Amino acid sequence: MKKIEIEGLNLFYGDFQALLDIRMSVREKAITALIGSSGCGKSTLLRCLNRMNDLIEDVRIEGSVKIDGKDIYKIKSGLTQLRKKVGMVFQRPNPFPLSVYENVAFGLRVHHMAKGSELEDIVGESLKAVHLWDELKDRLNRSALGLSLEQKQRLCIARLIAVKSEVLLMDEPCSALDPLATLRIEDLMQLLKKDYTIVIVTHNMQQAARVSDETGFMLLGELVEFGRTPDIFTKPKDKRTEDYITGRFG
Amino acid sequence: MKNEVVKEKIGFGVLLLATLLVVIPVLLIIWLILSKGWSALSWEFLFTMPRDGMRAGGIFPAIVGTFYLVIASIAFSLPIGVLAAIYLSEYAADNLLTRIINLAIINLAGVSSVVFGLFGLSLFVIFLKFGVSIISGALTLGIMTLPVIITTTREALRAVPKSYREVSLSLGASRWQTIRHSVLPFALPGILTGAILSIGRVAGETAPILFTVAAFYLPKLPHSLSDQVMALPYHLYIVTTQIPYIPENFRFGTALVLVGLVLIMNITAVIIRSKYRKRK
Repeated sequence: MKKIEIEGLNLFYGDFQALLDIRMSVREKAITALIGSSGCGKSTLLRCLNRMNDLIEDVRIEGSVKIDGKDIYKIKSGLTQLRKKVGMVFQRPNPFPLSVYENVAFGLRVHHMAKGSELEDIVGESLKAVHLWDELKDRLNRSALGLSLEQKQRLCIARLIAVKSEVLLMDEPCSALDPLATLRIEDLMQLLKKDYTIVIVTHNMQQAARVSDETGFMLLGELVEFGRTPDIFTKPKDKRTEDYITGRFG
Repeated sequence: MKNEVVKEKIGFGVLLLATLLVVIPVLLIIWLILSKGWSALSWEFLFTMPRDGMRAGGIFPAIVGTFYLVIASIAFSLPIGVLAAIYLSEYAADNLLTRIINLAIINLAGVSSVVFGLFGLSLFVIFLKFGVSIISGALTLGIMTLPVIITTTREALRAVPKSYREVSLSLGASRWQTIRHSVLPFALPGILTGAILSIGRVAGETAPILFTVAAFYLPKLPHSLSDQVMALPYHLYIVTTQIPYIPENFRFGTALVLVGLVLIMNITAVIIRSKYRKRK
C-alpha cells in the first residue's frame, strides 16, 4: 500500500532550487530512509510532507504530494489536520518546557481530542507505547527538561502517538544521542512501524541500513536512487550511490 | 610579553572606572535623599493630609494619586502594547505598513514628555471632555509608555526559541494556539520587564500629568477616575519651588517616598516575574 506519493516535486528557496523533480512513494507501515550528505535536500523533502516549509518565506513548491490519495498542497481548510496526521520528530529533542504529562497532553488539548480521565488514559497509553511509562509514571508532573536526551526524544514521539498521527517524519532523530540510546530508539521504530508509516532522514548510513525497508539516496536536490534498502546497499544501480555508500564522499 | 600584561591591566582599570562612574551617582542619590529625607518619615507624613499650605501634615493624597496613576496607565498600556507587539512580531508581514508602524513607534519613544502632556490636554481633557482627571492622566502616561512596552515585548517574543513554535505548529496547533500556549508563557518574564521599566517612568514623570491630572493642593482622596489627584513628582516640584519656608526634610522625604514607592512596585513585579521563570 502506498501511503505517500510524490510526483514532480520542485522546491525553490528564492532563486535557488533545492529539490529537483522528486518522484517517490512511501509504503504504508514501513520505514523509508532518506540518506545523502548535508545540504542535499533530504530534510527539505521531509518537511514537504507536512508542509513545514510553508513557514519559510520565499519558498515556492511545484508538483504534488499525495497522502492517502489526497494532494496535501491543495488543502484549502488549514493545515492542522494534515499536521496532526503527519507528525514530526526533530533533530534536537524539543519537549516544551512543561511537565512530562503536559507535553503529551499538549496536542490532545490543542485538538480538543480528550478531557479528564480519557486524557489521562491516552497520555498513559502514549507513554507506554514509547516505553517511558515505567520510568516516568511517578514523575509525570516534573519538568520534561530534566529528562535525558533519549527520554526527551521518546517523549516527543509519544506526543505524536497521543494525537494518533499516522505518519511519523523523523529528521535525524538520533543525531543528538549516544550509540546505545540510538539503538534503543531504532528498536522503538521497529515496534512502531506495525502501526505507523515512518520516514527518517539520517546522516548515518548504518542506521538507514539497519532500520529501513526502503531507502532513497539524494544528491544536490535530486533523488538519485530509490529502492529496497538491501538493494541500495548491496547492488546500487547508480555510480553516485555506490560512491556515497562506499564512503568515497559525503 | 610584560608590556601586554601592563596594557591589559590598564584596559581593565579603565573599564572598572567607567563602571564605578555609573554606580557613584546612584549611591549619591540614595545617600542624599536618605540622609536628608529619613527624618521626615513618620506615620503622619505617610498617611495624613497636608496642612498649613503643605508645610505640615502628610503627603498621603499624593502617594495614593501616584499609585492610582501607575495602576491605571499600566492597565491601559500593557494589554494594548502586548497585543500590538504580538501582531507585529508574529503576524505582520514585512511591508510598507509595518515599516511605517515601526517608524511611528520609534518616534513615539522620542517625543518629549511635555509634548505628551500637551497632547493629553488637547485630546483627552478638552476634545474628549474627560476633564483634568485620573483617566486623562493615565491615558497620557499610557501612550507615553506604549513604545517601551511594545519594544520589550517584541524582544521577548523574538527570544523564544524557534523550535517551540515549530514543534507546536508541527503538532497541528494553529498560529494563535502556538502563540498562546508555546510562545507567550515563555515571553512573559520579558514582557514583565517592560512593565517594570514603565512603572518607574510613569511614577516619576511630571510633565505629562501637569496639564492632565495633577492637582496643586487637594487634601482628599479621589472617588472616581474623573477626579483630579495630587501626585508625588508634581508635589515634589511644588514643595521645592513654590512654597517658601518649608522644612527641608519635607522635600527629601517626598523624594524618598517616590523612590520607595517605585521600588516597592518594581519588587512586586520582579517577584511575579521570578515566579513565572520558575514555572518553566
